[in-house]
Amino acid sequence: MFLLEIDLIFLLEKAILIGGIITVSLLIAMYSTWAERKVAAFMQDRIGPNRAGPGGLLQPLADGVKLFMKEEIIPNASNKFLFVLGPALAMMTAMMTSAVIPWGGKIEVFGRSVDLQIADINIGILYIFGVVSMGVYGIMIGGWASNNKFSLLAALRGASQMISYELAMGLSIIALLMLTGSLSMKTIVEQQVVGLWNIVYQPLGFLIFMICAFAECNRTPFDLPEAENELNFGYHQEYSSMKLGFYLFAEYINMFISSAVMATLYFGGYDIPFVNDANLANSIGVNGVAALQGLSLFAKVVGFIFFFMWVRWTIPRFRYDQLMNLGWKGLIPLALLNMLVTGALVLLKQNGWQF
Amino acid sequence: MQALTNRSKAVDRKPMTIWDKMYIPAIAKGMGVTLTHFFKKKATIKYPEEKRPFSPVFRGLHILNRDEEGRERCTACGLCAVACPAEAITMEAAERQPGEEHLYREEKYAAKYEINMLRCIFCGLCEEACPKDAIYLSETFAPANFARQTFIYGKNDLLIPDPKTEPELYQKAVGERGRKA
Ligand code: SF4
Ligand code: SF4
Repeated sequence: MFLLEIDLIFLLEKAILIGGIITVSLLIAMYSTWAERKVAAFMQDRIGPNRAGPGGLLQPLADGVKLFMKEEIIPNASNKFLFVLGPALAMMTAMMTSAVIPWGGKIEVFGRSVDLQIADINIGILYIFGVVSMGVYGIMIGGWASNNKFSLLAALRGASQMISYELAMGLSIIALLMLTGSLSMKTIVEQQVVGLWNIVYQPLGFLIFMICAFAECNRTPFDLPEAENELNFGYHQEYSSMKLGFYLFAEYINMFISSAVMATLYFGGYDIPFVNDANLANSIGVNGVAALQGLSLFAKVVGFIFFFMWVRWTIPRFRYDQLMNLGWKGLIPLALLNMLVTGALVLLKQNGWQF
Repeated sequence: MQALTNRSKAVDRKPMTIWDKMYIPAIAKGMGVTLTHFFKKKATIKYPEEKRPFSPVFRGLHILNRDEEGRERCTACGLCAVACPAEAITMEAAERQPGEEHLYREEKYAAKYEINMLRCIFCGLCEEACPKDAIYLSETFAPANFARQTFIYGKNDLLIPDPKTEPELYQKAVGERGRKA
């Protein structure tokens, strides 16, 4: 009986955490659409949305209402089940990744110490890779079910792009794993909290990882599944109303999550720079530290999201062969090289070399 | 070939160096450019609150003018209709009756005066043709509407408000540029 009680509280705690994180991701994705338009506007000497609410802050709501009100069209010749499944899958895989990201240290509620992480599984990174590669299905199914050759072509492009860039991404991560010796996101962050951030050890790895993250999120300059001038609109051409909204939304959630992953893996996660968290906990309490840690991660994530947008409004889209060229002939050999050098250095260090 | 401007540059066809091929410096430079634009002055005009000032030669909707005493100037001579390249103007003339001198300035006036705004190309030739300074193009935009019929502007749409009885409306219709003629 006693055991069951503990489990219930544990379940409740996780349920609240999951609800909270999903809400936060959705909110951030919503406001990313607003921020995207603002950033685009500012970089083009415009003002951007400013009609709905102060500074256009209600714009995402207005967009949402608009998308829900629009007519739902499902093409006659499409496979209805798959057609609906596509955006749902895209949305779901986008949301699932957030489970293994540690959003902060511990907080204490009613004497219980609660981890701000949904699941601290010891294969955290592998889980992320697994789920992210499922995202291909969202695009592929959407493109296939539309029964439109342009959509299918775009979906094929998207799938091959995501698969090729996942290779380089995985290879760049291996170098990181050699240093950390753990796949658990929490352990990786904790190592960075006491030591230096991984970006110091792995600048090249981070660069490769970031480029691949851009490609995985289908963000410009790698947004080839949506090239409107060659493929009409890409895999979501036949989609209307909120189903289209989900696809677009999934992209923003993906962006948020990959920002969080990049921050976690390379930029110390919830680590507050130049502050000793343990000392801070003595003065402002564990909960205060957790709040600050959450803010710190949030700031890093916002920074990355801004970077995503900044790149989008600067760099033109790659040509498809250039994209494949970069992925296979550029990034994968580079990642392998990075792995080799890191491996050599780790080996030297283990054998007592000082540098 | 002689260059048209002094800004033209010869295209560089040198093969790219390794440094160029990495793209990273070029990308960083580009990102710098976009970031400076982040802080530049915005070119946007917030339309309903702010309006772009019209150029002095702007040609908007037509106005049928009155003189200082509020009498219609048009004498239905038809010169504007003849001058109109789009054949947008139609009118019917009528003779001024005794006792109507305060309404019409000349012995003949336009009983019906219509401009089809869907045909009009806002060239302003009617304005130039008019010997009586009766028609001119104001600074109002051609407004949107749902039915074609509503774009045929009759006299009550065109006639400027009476400066005597409705001086404020008259001033508004005359607009910033002041009254012509
Ligand atoms: S502006 Fe030109 S087209 Fe329009 S009514 Fe006058 S003459 Fe005709
Ligand atoms: S508007 Fe001028 S040109 Fe046209 S009919 Fe009247 S007086 Fe003649």
